Amino acid sequence: MIYLDNAATSWPKPTEVKKAMNDFLELVGGNPGRSGHRRSIDAARIMYNAREAIANSFNAPDPLKVIFTLNATHAINYALKGLLKPGDTVITTSMEHNSVMRPLRALEEEGIILKIVPCLSDGTLKIEDLENMIDSNTKMVVVNHASNVTGTIAPINEIAAIVRKHNTLLLVDASQTAGIIPIDIKTQQIDLLAFTGHKGLLGPTGTGGLVIGDRIKLNDMVPLMQGGTGSHSEYETQPDQLPDKYEFGTSNIIGIAGLLAGINWINKRTLDSIREHETMLAGLLTDGLLQIQGLTLYGPYKAQDKLAVTSFTLNNIDVSEIGLRLDEDFDILCRVGLHCAPAAHHTIGTFPRGTVRIAPGIFNTTDEIQQVIKAVNKIAVP
Amino acid sequence: MKNYGVVLFYTSSSAMRAEKVLGQNGLTVKLVPTPRELSSDCGVALRFNSEKIDNVNLFLNQFSIEFQSVHIM
Repeated sequence: MIYLDNAATSWPKPTEVKKAMNDFLELVGGNPGRSGHRRSIDAARIMYNAREAIANSFNAPDPLKVIFTLNATHAINYALKGLLKPGDTVITTSMEHNSVMRPLRALEEEGIILKIVPCLSDGTLKIEDLENMIDSNTKMVVVNHASNVTGTIAPINEIAAIVRKHNTLLLVDASQTAGIIPIDIKTQQIDLLAFTGHKGLLGPTGTGGLVIGDRIKLNDMVPLMQGGTGSHSEYETQPDQLPDKYEFGTSNIIGIAGLLAGINWINKRTLDSIREHETMLAGLLTDGLLQIQGLTLYGPYKAQDKLAVTSFTLNNIDVSEIGLRLDEDFDILCRVGLHCAPAAHHTIGTFPRGTVRIAPGIFNTTDEIQQVIKAVNKIAVP
Repeated sequence: MKNYGVVLFYTSSSAMRAEKVLGQNGLTVKLVPTPRELSSDCGVALRFNSEKIDNVNLFLNQFSIEFQSVHIM
């Protein structure tokens, strides 16, 4: 079986990730921060180490400003709903995933003004189009670091410069990029970073978080929910201290143990070598697919300008049919359709048909990519 | 540790951070359940050799670790 759906969730996970989760169940098992016994403390230590590992990965100012969530969607909702108020303007792009679009559309119903910068048909954001849209009422700019449909990478540094110039806030959705391209909250001037643990960071599902930068005033960010934290137990109100202000109820500590192991694995392998491997696979895939008659490729063609995520369509063949044939006849797993990003498909001109998305990961090989190219060739020219 | 000191925290995350930072700076510390006679916001406290109280205070401040109070028991 060839797994090429790493943009949905990465597979396989490193052995170390599975071991860390198993070890947690067998050897730790406590509830972090709830009790004073050694198993509870061991669990809290794992959780703190994971916070620190994430802060180090993204050069975040403070490990306690790493808020664990269930996934990136949860983190994005946190940032948007915690900070935006009726009457505020928020700007996003036409390449966003529904993890951003749906909460923004819901906020629009509540009186928030939503503006969407149209991107080019390869998913590229023109920086002047963004700047023209910003006004003095703009509270936040929300940008997908890289598209889950085309792999197009947003120019975060240029976006951040404009955001700062207009004294507004930048929320970056790093769902597709964390663990693949370097992210530096301090030098890139990112105010809020939402990440997921189960894609590039190679952890299990049910992990993710929001990293809060120094410019966010914590009094302005309202907790989405309230509940037990293991701290301030004598009070019936949510504590003000981080991370407890924004984390409630027992955490997914087994998942976080796995996520920590995933990050450690990436650090050993180095981000540069991971990116290099994936770019090499993407280059091979793009070159091979472009030879196929009747095939349309979306997004930037140069592998260096994008993530390995690659979308295509074939003349007259339904993408679902292609997905089914790849799965059943060629043992190749990928994703077809709209990939939870209708806006992106409108932008690249594939709505409502959708695309076939091939998303290589660190464990894929050149041989596997060649097999995919052969398979798509056979489907295109029976 | 016969005469020992205890640092109380608002959150267990700060306690974990203190354990790590103080340990890395050569102090012998231990996370323990918060003594009940001390009212604390957090279930775990950090125990240390009371002679090292100046160093403990120094590192807590130097590394901006949020804590509630320091006690000698």
